[in-house]
Amino acid sequence: MRIIFAALLGLAPLGAQTVAIQNATILTVTKGTVKGSILVRDGKIVEVGDKVLVPQGATVIDATGQYVIPGMVDCHSHIAVDGGVNEGSISDSSMVDIRDVLNPEDIAIYRALAGGVTSAHILHGSANSVGGQTVTVKFRWGKDAQGMIFAGAPPGIKFALGENPKRAGNPSGRTASGAAPIARFPATRMGVEDTIREAFTDAKAYQAEWSEYRAKVARGEHPIPPRKDLRLEPLVEVLEGKRLVHCHGYRQDELLMMLHVAKDFGFKITAFVHGLEGYKIASEIAAQGAGVTTFSDWWDFKIEVVDAIPYNAAILQKKGVLVSLNSDDAELMRHLNIEAAKLMKYGGLSESDALATVTLNPAKQLGIDKRVGSIEAGKDADLVVYDKYPLSGSAKVLKVLIDGTVYFDRDKALADNAAAQRERQRLIEKEKQNQQRQPPARRPTV
Amino acid sequence: MKLAGLLMGCALAGGAASNDTFLIRDADVYPVTGPVMTGVSVLVQDGRIADIGAKLVAPKGIRIVEAKGLRVYPGMIDSATELGLAEIESVRETEDTGELGAFMPQLRALAAVNPASEHFPVVRVNGITSVMTFPSFGSTGGGGGGGRGGGGERQFISGQAALIHTDGWTWDDMAIKPGAALQLTFPSMPRAGRGGGGGFPETTPAPVAVTGAAAGGANQARQAYEAQIVTINQFFDDARQYQKAKAAKAPGFRTNLKFEAMLPVLDGKVPVAVSASRAGAIHDAVSFATKQGIKIVILEPRDLTKAAPELKEKNIPVILGRVLALPENEDDAYDSASTLPAEAYKAGVKFALGTFGNQFVRNLPYEAAAAVAYGLPYDEALKAVTINPAQIWGVADQVGSVEKGKWADLMITNGDPLEIQTQIAHLYIKGREVELTNRQIQLYQKYLNRP
Repeated sequence: MRIIFAALLGLAPLGAQTVAIQNATILTVTKGTVKGSILVRDGKIVEVGDKVLVPQGATVIDATGQYVIPGMVDCHSHIAVDGGVNEGSISDSSMVDIRDVLNPEDIAIYRALAGGVTSAHILHGSANSVGGQTVTVKFRWGKDAQGMIFAGAPPGIKFALGENPKRAGNPSGRTASGAAPIARFPATRMGVEDTIREAFTDAKAYQAEWSEYRAKVARGEHPIPPRKDLRLEPLVEVLEGKRLVHCHGYRQDELLMMLHVAKDFGFKITAFVHGLEGYKIASEIAAQGAGVTTFSDWWDFKIEVVDAIPYNAAILQKKGVLVSLNSDDAELMRHLNIEAAKLMKYGGLSESDALATVTLNPAKQLGIDKRVGSIEAGKDADLVVYDKYPLSGSAKVLKVLIDGTVYFDRDKALADNAAAQRERQRLIEKEKQNQQRQPPARRPTV
Repeated sequence: MKLAGLLMGCALAGGAASNDTFLIRDADVYPVTGPVMTGVSVLVQDGRIADIGAKLVAPKGIRIVEAKGLRVYPGMIDSATELGLAEIESVRETEDTGELGAFMPQLRALAAVNPASEHFPVVRVNGITSVMTFPSFGSTGGGGGGGRGGGGERQFISGQAALIHTDGWTWDDMAIKPGAALQLTFPSMPRAGRGGGGGFPETTPAPVAVTGAAAGGANQARQAYEAQIVTINQFFDDARQYQKAKAAKAPGFRTNLKFEAMLPVLDGKVPVAVSASRAGAIHDAVSFATKQGIKIVILEPRDLTKAAPELKEKNIPVILGRVLALPENEDDAYDSASTLPAEAYKAGVKFALGTFGNQFVRNLPYEAAAAVAYGLPYDEALKAVTINPAQIWGVADQVGSVEKGKWADLMITNGDPLEIQTQIAHLYIKGREVELTNRQIQLYQKYLNRP
């Protein structure tokens, strides 16, 4: 008992830690570049500037000659998902939830963390017109699935348009049994629109049933409640503005279609995901207050991206659309700073605007911008320390803090890996010796 | 543009000089092969660098390009692409990589290069003036881009890679070295839960029947692997027999296109570019090359720790893949792909960079910059995309640096070409000014101005 109590006491300062990052060049995103210090207490940023007084007992990180940016936010990722990302058996799978299949031990989390990503939106794939419920996490590497979840982040849902959801309607090849696969509606962009309209028509009717029920209850009646529908519940939340819509799509026609659907049913598209032709209808997207989360320079991988241009984000941004860059890829995720820098090259975004596309803007698109996305007093101390100017290809991440705790330290990472490699070698040698002592048992031949 | 350029050239020079003759004045020249020369001029005549110096006298009537405060670098070279052969990854009809057949040395990438591919103007605007374009990096059945498996049998030799300029009216015009290398995918021992290091998908059937239950495990895998190496050696041995028969004018000798294509390789005039990623495969590839007495270049090695000393000793260069790439194994250091160039450099292994695909060729300079972030000296990074590939592919007398006598493949920039924000002011390929635009830029301008 006493030992446990002592251990708890020992842990206590962790929760009330004061950390100071000193002598850094700080790219705050919202308040320009500051040379000075960041003071962190209890996981929150308390002060930023050149006159910060560091209290005694604070853990000091000397960042002389180094740069600090806010922890990056990846608006679209499929890492940390246990098993397949698509519930591909049906076109509308809004009942499934990524939260149920979060794998906190996926090494991709650690690698993304080492690339400066501290928060990410984890979604289903794009096989279905309505994909499923999403979750926003913080990469608190070492914690369990519950410990990764970004508490307070609004829930989301993934929709998908274009080639991917219609692929199951045009199946090619043979199934494992040799039979031709069965086509699944939809097979065209027309069918994709219908799938989404059917779903929301059902959701509206369901919503009305429940309102009627609640009205009756309010009047003191005792009606039988409608049957709970797990497919329609999240769509009602969308209609009520309680669930964010992240909609995969590439071509302007399908994006415009979705804007019409959203308008007709009275909900908002939080972000078009990819939206590589968003630049063609930037004013329409802006008029409806939708955002776009895109790639800097992906192109050529399929026919619906034939008009993809690296200037997409620049045009969208100039025409008033909230735009972010996402990774959609475990590798790209490790250098979102480089992707942001490309926006300064392609279309001439300012340093702050470019950096915002991987920090504050995605935070807004995930409804977590009060907490993360910039370096300001009161926000979570999610910070990335670089050795050089970070909007460049030649900088690397040295340290990453989440909630004021160092979750990645390059020096430690290299030392740990070297130790792990030695241990690995030792085990291999040991196994070799074991095998020499004991010849392997002969397996029975069949 | 080309027409406009021609007209301009004619107007300025009164028809005496073509548009590939001009003088870049007052620039800082970064030749890569030597120290920086500040405030000098570069004379380009008939597409080649005629002179570099502070006191060059401009020939009368020559076109002058003022470059005060700007820098001149050689154009960059990507050592591993499928440019011109593969347009849109998922559209089979637009892909000409990965022909069927186990040994196909007679196939020529060059003759399938589509000069009108949109990929060329896209990579040009980022300063890439020449590329190695490969018939495949290991998968077959048409459309091998991205290392996906095709439908054909296991392929060893996919054909001849070509070194080409990224601009030209025809592929003839673009060719720097038509058969610059022969691509060979080296087999590798399968490993639990992973694809082969040489790029074979796990599902590809082994060419030699493997008998017994799957429980045969490592032994059978090794047998299959060794059988494949025997198959490759047999092909080379047969080619050598053919070579002898041809030299001896043996009666009944008949031309065989496959073996004809092998002759420059057997003579050591053309290297074999061997796709081999893991240490074991690299070692066996080196042994194979020694046995066959051929020159090789290793493509996309991922494990240099064990292989490097042998590569250095045998003077075998490597083409490193994407620097911004995930580690091979879960327990590798998180930056293991990014530190490979520094590792190769420290071990004294000659290397160049390749992007191994088409989508990200334009990011070649940023891959080089990432190598600097992870320990490679800056000058070596620049060399890895200029003079090193020129040397490895045997064209250092033609491209890869700003030196007298070489093609005027030049970029004039406002800064370090490996930095993302650096702008290219002018780009020349064989002395012809390349318009710095493409369909993407045209779409940008069109929709930026949409009312």
